[in-house]
Amino acid sequence: MLLQKALTGTRGYWFWVTALVALVGLGVAAWLAQLQTGLAVTGLSRDVSWGLYIAQFTFLVGVAASAVMVVLPYYLHDCQAFARVTILGEFLAVAAVVACGLFILVDMGQPSRVLNVVLYPSPRSLMFWDMLSLAGYLAMNLAIGWTTLSAERHEVAPPSWTRPLILLSIPWAISIHTVTAFLYAGLPGRSFWMTALLAPRFLASAFAAGPALLILLALLLRRVAAFDIGRAATGRLAVIVAYATVATLFFLLMETFTTFYSGIPEHAQHLRYLFTGLDGHAPFAPWMWTSVVLAFAGLVLLVVPSFAGNDRLLGLAAAAILIALWIDKGLGLIVGGLVPTPFEQIVDYSPTAVEILISTGIWATGALLVTGFFKMVIAVRRETARAL
Amino acid sequence: MRRSGAGRRGPRERGAWRGAGAPAIQTIDRRQFIGLAGLSALGLWTQPPARASSVQAPSARRWAMVVDPKKCLEIDGCTRCLAACHRAHNVPSVADQRHEVKWIWKERFERAFPSEQNVYTEDSLKGKPVPVLCNHCDNPPCVRVCPTGATWKRDDGIVMMDWHRCIGCRYCMSACPYGSRSFNWDDPRRHMAVPPSNDYPTRTKGVVEKCTFCEERLARGLAPACVEACPDGALVFGDLRDPKSRVREILRARHTIRRRPELGTQPVVYYVI
Repeated sequence: MLLQKALTGTRGYWFWVTALVALVGLGVAAWLAQLQTGLAVTGLSRDVSWGLYIAQFTFLVGVAASAVMVVLPYYLHDCQAFARVTILGEFLAVAAVVACGLFILVDMGQPSRVLNVVLYPSPRSLMFWDMLSLAGYLAMNLAIGWTTLSAERHEVAPPSWTRPLILLSIPWAISIHTVTAFLYAGLPGRSFWMTALLAPRFLASAFAAGPALLILLALLLRRVAAFDIGRAATGRLAVIVAYATVATLFFLLMETFTTFYSGIPEHAQHLRYLFTGLDGHAPFAPWMWTSVVLAFAGLVLLVVPSFAGNDRLLGLAAAAILIALWIDKGLGLIVGGLVPTPFEQIVDYSPTAVEILISTGIWATGALLVTGFFKMVIAVRRETARAL
Repeated sequence: MRRSGAGRRGPRERGAWRGAGAPAIQTIDRRQFIGLAGLSALGLWTQPPARASSVQAPSARRWAMVVDPKKCLEIDGCTRCLAACHRAHNVPSVADQRHEVKWIWKERFERAFPSEQNVYTEDSLKGKPVPVLCNHCDNPPCVRVCPTGATWKRDDGIVMMDWHRCIGCRYCMSACPYGSRSFNWDDPRRHMAVPPSNDYPTRTKGVVEKCTFCEERLARGLAPACVEACPDGALVFGDLRDPKSRVREILRARHTIRRRPELGTQPVVYYVI
């Protein structure tokens, strides 16, 4: 049984798992409180009707989609450097999609009616397509990851049906984040989101944030599990992160140019609110500038040749970029689109403790899944290495 | 059946709101429609298919409203339309502004019409409150985005809400460019100023709600509650498809504007300027 591999471990492993379970428990308790009272326990309002939950959802769809950054080079270009990391990317995607689903669920006013989305399918709604693409992607990656790992364990080639599924998962990964961008980019009157650049921007920032997270996980595995994906792999991931970060910053500059050179106030006011504040309200300015500084700092650490090969600097760079892009998408994107309101009012939003506890609980659920999956992968790798 | 009010407005022009004594209006609600559709589907077995078309055009009307903000301002601080609507529909009066539920309310002219911002606005409207409500768009973004069909557009143009199907995802609230949709952040029954009326359902927490042009009153041949309550005819309701209707008459004679027409949503709430 593959699953058994996740259920044996050192004290350190169980300490980590217990800590995560505790966070999940806190999150569940907070969610029960939210169910009891309603979404009034959050910082959301009739004007800022989406916040932390939907922003985390959006960020995590990106993390899920970014698996394609290891799957594509490995399966299409036979990039052997990614031989040990590809399956980690696939399982990371599974965990990320599960967390996405949970973030949607906790954001709902009537979560018990969630099946209405299936019972009354509405193809006009992008949410319908988002559900389909995410569900498909989850099933695909779970099937691919589980089957290839089982095959590896029995030291046989994976069944032939996995190959077309893997190839399908490549455009599918692009589709999940494109459809997620379309959720926002097709809304009249929300000019911050209504840009054709939103989907490319989403993909670029995802392809930086996801591999950055993978680098951090790889460095962590090397320390705590004596499992090394290899320098070639982290080096290549670093190149991907660097290029994708450049693309993200480039796209952001494109938005800034169009917005401010055209001088249309309705378009400019959202970026202004985020970066400089409006009418004396600037709750996001410190965050947004931190994001910009961290993104540039991370980029410098990644592209200066003499820094290459230094794991500590690589870890710092990956963390800086991950945080920068989390602020951009997991914080600014949603609220920045809703404020100023259609009445051109500034309505501030900050998440409440309940919201943060629930969100932490869902992140912990994702981390728990990642822990279990990675544990299985490492156990199988050890077994087969010993058998050799 | 209560038919007071509508008859109060003196001589009624043809096509203006017809209250007491008018023939029952040919609106049809969804349940009736489904029932009829089901019956006619059964009928297809025995009858020529032409029968089915009899339910295709339940109403040739297109309900619309004309607001005259200057008339509205004649009575200082008048909020009768708001009170009548919110009382009729058990709309909670939530103290916390962030969690307000509003079907019709007043916004400053500049806020309701952000794209009409001249540096120097006409004094009579500058900073003045104008009534705003759901625009019952011809091309409603809220209906487009709803993932469950809990909000939909009827043939007579009314954008409807099914509070039993709504999952509370609030996608419609992001999609509405008019801020016309409210969410029940907690149990609305906790915020009732007066005991809720039994004539209209209260909502549950976690669902979105908004103005429905008083479809429940239209079905009984009554004018919308806000229109009925308006003391000076600042709100006019009628059929946009009838060239002789009062709303069409006003649209012919006066300059009117709509909120954010550039978005292509085609609102049917017009404002006389």
